[in-house]
Amino acid sequence: MAALMLRWSCLGKRWVLACIDGGSRHGRGAAIGLTSRRKRGQSSVAQQPLIAVQKSRKGEHEWAAVVGLEIHAQISSNSKLFSGSQVHFAAPPNSLVSFFDASLPGTLPVLNRRCVEAAVMTGLALNCRINKKSLFDRKHYFYADLPAGYQITQQRLPIAVNGSLAYSVSVGKKPSQVSTRTVRIKQIQLEQDSGKSLHDEPRSQTLIDLNRAGVGLLEVVLEPDMSCGEEAASAVRELQLILQALGTSQANMAEGQLRVDANISVHHPGEPLGVRTEVKNLNSARFLAKAIDFEIKRQIHELENGRKILNETRSFDDKLGCTMPMRDKEGKQDYRFMPEPNLPPLLLYDTASLPPGADPQQVINIDWIRERLPELPGKTREKLIQQYGMLPEHSFTLLNEVGLLEFFQNVIKETRAEPKKVTSWVLNIFLGFLKQQNLAVNESPVTPSALAELLNLLDRKAISSSAARQVMDMKRGNPRAINKLIGLVRKATLSRADPTVIKEILERKLSS
Amino acid sequence: MLGRTLREVSTALKQGHITPTELCQKCLSLIKKTKFLNAYITVSEEVALKQAEESEKRYKKGHSLGDLDGIPVAVKDNFSTSSIETTCASNMLKGYVPPYNATVVQKLLDKGAVLMGKTNLDEFAMGSGSTDGVFGPVKNPWSYSKQYREKRKQKAHGENEDSNWLITGGSSGGSAAAVAAFTCFAALGSDTGGSTRNPAAHCGVVGFKPSYGLVSRHGLIPLVNSMDVPGILTRCVDDAAIVLGMLAGHDPKDSTTIQDPVKPFTLPTSADVNKLCIGIPKEYLAPELSSEVRSFWSKAANLFESEGAKVIEVSLPHTSYSIVCYHVLCTSEVASNMARFDGLEYGHRCDINVSTEAMYAATRREGFNDVVRGRILSGNFFLLKENYENYFIKAQKVRRLIANDFVNVFNSGVDVLLTPTTLSEAVPYLEFIKEDNRTRSAQDDIFTQAVNMAGFLSCLQDCQQ
Repeated sequence: MAALMLRWSCLGKRWVLACIDGGSRHGRGAAIGLTSRRKRGQSSVAQQPLIAVQKSRKGEHEWAAVVGLEIHAQISSNSKLFSGSQVHFAAPPNSLVSFFDASLPGTLPVLNRRCVEAAVMTGLALNCRINKKSLFDRKHYFYADLPAGYQITQQRLPIAVNGSLAYSVSVGKKPSQVSTRTVRIKQIQLEQDSGKSLHDEPRSQTLIDLNRAGVGLLEVVLEPDMSCGEEAASAVRELQLILQALGTSQANMAEGQLRVDANISVHHPGEPLGVRTEVKNLNSARFLAKAIDFEIKRQIHELENGRKILNETRSFDDKLGCTMPMRDKEGKQDYRFMPEPNLPPLLLYDTASLPPGADPQQVINIDWIRERLPELPGKTREKLIQQYGMLPEHSFTLLNEVGLLEFFQNVIKETRAEPKKVTSWVLNIFLGFLKQQNLAVNESPVTPSALAELLNLLDRKAISSSAARQVMDMKRGNPRAINKLIGLVRKATLSRADPTVIKEILERKLSS
Repeated sequence: MLGRTLREVSTALKQGHITPTELCQKCLSLIKKTKFLNAYITVSEEVALKQAEESEKRYKKGHSLGDLDGIPVAVKDNFSTSSIETTCASNMLKGYVPPYNATVVQKLLDKGAVLMGKTNLDEFAMGSGSTDGVFGPVKNPWSYSKQYREKRKQKAHGENEDSNWLITGGSSGGSAAAVAAFTCFAALGSDTGGSTRNPAAHCGVVGFKPSYGLVSRHGLIPLVNSMDVPGILTRCVDDAAIVLGMLAGHDPKDSTTIQDPVKPFTLPTSADVNKLCIGIPKEYLAPELSSEVRSFWSKAANLFESEGAKVIEVSLPHTSYSIVCYHVLCTSEVASNMARFDGLEYGHRCDINVSTEAMYAATRREGFNDVVRGRILSGNFFLLKENYENYFIKAQKVRRLIANDFVNVFNSGVDVLLTPTTLSEAVPYLEFIKEDNRTRSAQDDIFTQAVNMAGFLSCLQDCQQ
C-alpha cells in the first residue's frame, strides 16, 4: 500500500489536508494548498496524485483525529505483584519464577503491599479518586506466555479513577509558543505482566521466558482527549516524569518498563466518532508520535477513498514506518471476565476511617501516603522558574531531557555565573552540542564541573564568550583551536596574561 | 490395634505399647492386603517408614510432637505433596511431582504424622462416586462386610462374588475407604459440594467439613476456589477434633483464610445437649429420600429430644435452587481453574508440534476425561459476555439468598441443623453407573452443597454406630 506523502498541521484538534505534491486534474475537488510542483517518475511512496473528492464544500476536507492511550508501567518493586519472586531486568531466562508464577496447581496469589502503595501514590499524583474498595478479576485467554491461562487484573472496580494529566505542546514555531493541555485519566488498575515469547522462526518454535510473568503493572487509561502524535507523546513523556519522580516506576521504554497502546479514530468535526483501531506495543518514545500520525493519515486516506476502517489491532513497523494488522488476532476476543475468588476485596483507609488498633502492616492509609508524596515535575518546573527566573519552556526542556536537570543543578552549585547565563549555556550550547554528537547527558564528555569552570572564566571575563564556545569545539576534537583560544584569552586579558599559564589551564580543562 | 481411634493409638504410642515403626508396618501390610479396594493411588512406603523411624527417635527421647506424632495418615491425591506424585486421578497430572507441600500436609508432617500415601478420587474431584478417576473406581470396604455379603446371598444366586461391590461415594472415596478399612487413622479429603461428607456417609466414617476460611487451601488443587475446603475423615468425632486443632488457623499463603487467631479446643467427654436447639429443615424432606435414611433421621431427632434438646422444624426456602446455582458457579470456576493445564510448564503434553493452539487442544483433550471437559465447556458458556449477567451474576445472587437462609435460621436461636447426607445408602457400582456423572452429582449433592455455598461447617457421623 503506497503511503501518501502529505504534510499535516495539527492545529488544536483539526487536521487540515495539505497535499504538497500531486496535483489533481480530475475535476473541481482539488485539495487545499496544492503546490504547482509535480514530480513525475518518482517512487510511488513519495508522490501520488491525490484522488479528488468530488464535491468541494467548505470544511469537507477537515478531519478531526481522536487518540486515547492505554499505558502499562512496570511497578518498581523488589518482588512481583502476587508472589515473592524478584523483579530484575535482563536476568537469565526463567531464573526469577516462583511456583505461583509458573502456575503450579494449588498455588495462590498474595498481594504485594508495595505495589498497592505505588498505585495509590500514582493515583494521587494524577488527581484521581482512590477507591477505598477495589476488586480483582481474571481475564482469560490462551497464550504461551500466560501460564495460568488468565491474567489477574482489575476490570470491575479499579484502584483509582477520574484523574487528569497536564502536559504541554508547542503550538507555533517559536519555543515560547507552548500551550498546556489536559487529558482525563479514566482509571488506574493493578494487573500482572505476562512472560516473554521469543519466536525462533528457523526452528519453528517459541521460547518462553517467565521472568516477567507476574510482575506488577499499573495500567493508566487516558481518555481520547488527544488529537495527534505530538500530544500523545507529550502526555506520555509527562507521565514518565511523574512516575520517575514518584519512584513508582522507572518508566524506561527501552527496557520495556513503559508500554503504550493507542486507540485512534478519525471523523469529520461535528459528526460522530469514527471506527477506531488499536495500535499496540509502542515501545519507543521516538516512534510513538510517528506511529500515531501514520495511523491517522492512513485512516483518512482509507476513508477518503471510500473504504471502511476495520475495528482491528495493528502494530507499528518502525523500519517501514507504517502500521500493519496483527496477524494473530482473529475476531474479537471474549475474555470471560470472572471475579478472582482467591483475593478478597482490597480495602484502603484514610485517617478518618482507619479501624482502631489496626496492624499498620496490614492496612494502607491514603492520607499518610498523600502527605509523603515526592515533588512532582510540575512543581519542580515552577520552582525553577521562580528560583532562576527562567522561561517556562526552558523548565520543560530541562526536565524532558534525561539527566539534564541534575547536570544543570550541579553546574549551578559550582559556578558563580548568573543562573540565566547557566540556563542559556546548558540549554543552547551544551544541549546543542550533545544533540549534534548524538549523545545522552550521561554520555557527555563535558562534566558539570568543567562547564562550571568555563562559565566562571567567562564570568571573570578571563575569556570571551566566543572563546568559551570554541572550548566546546575543542571537545569535538579540534586540537588546533587551542592555540587560537590562547590568543583570544590573551587579548581578553589585555595581554597581561602569561600565555603558558593560560595554555596549561586550558589544556588541563580540555583533557578532563 | 488398627481399629482403634486416633486418640487411643496415640496413647498407646506414648505409653510404649507399640512403636511408630510397628504401627506403620502394620498399616502398610493392611494396605497391601486391601489393594483390591483401590483406595490408594500412591503408597509412599519408603517415606512413611522414614517418618516412622524419626517419630520413634522422638518418643525414645521423650520429645513427642503431640497427639499426631507417629500416626499413619493418608492424603487425597489433589493435595500437593513435595516429591510425591500428585495426580488428581487425571492423565493431565500423571507423573507430576510437586516441589512443595500443601499447608495442611505440612502441618500434619510438622506434628509428626506418618504419610501412608495419596488416595484415589474422581478426576479433579468432580463426581460423587469416586468412580471417574483414571486409576479406576474405589470399592467400598463395606462391600466385603459380613452383613453385606449375607444380604447379597439372599438376593441373587450364582453371582460373581465381587461383581456387586458398592461405591464409596465421592469425590474423596479413597480417603474414606482408607479410614474405613483401618489402613490409617485419619485422612484428608476435600469438600466442595459434599465430597468429604458423601463418601464418609457411604463408608461409615466421620466426615468433617470446616467453615470456609478456617483451614488453608494453599496446595489444594482447586475445583471451586470460593467453596473448596480441606476435609477431615476419621473414625470418631473426637479424632476429627484433634486433627482440626492442628490444621485450623490463618495462612499468609492463602488470602482467604481468616486473620483471627484460632483458639485451641477440646471436646467435652460427655455431650450435654439440653441447651441445644436443633433445626430440621423441612425442605430436606425430599421425595427421593429412601425410607431407611428417613427413619434414621427421625431416630436421630428423637434421640436428641429425649436427651433434652429442643428440636424444631425450620425452613431454608431457597434450597430447591441450590443445585442449579451450584452447577453454574462450579462449572464457571472450573473452566477458569483448568485453563492452566496446557502441557507447557508441567504435566501431560501431547506429541503435536504444529502450533501452540493445536498443542493446547490436543493436550487438553488427552489429559482430561469427559466429565472435566464437559464442565469446562459449560463454564465457559456461562462466562461469555452475553451470558455472564444471566447466569453467573444471577447464580451469585441466588447464592447470597441461600447463604442468608442459613444466617437467618442460625440467628433465630437454632444452634445446629440435623439433616441426612445422602439420599440412600451406598449403591452398587453397576447401579451407580447407569446414570452419568452430572446426573448423579445433581442427585447426590442435594443435601450437602448448600452448606458449601454458604461457607458453613458441616459434620456427619454414621447413624448405625
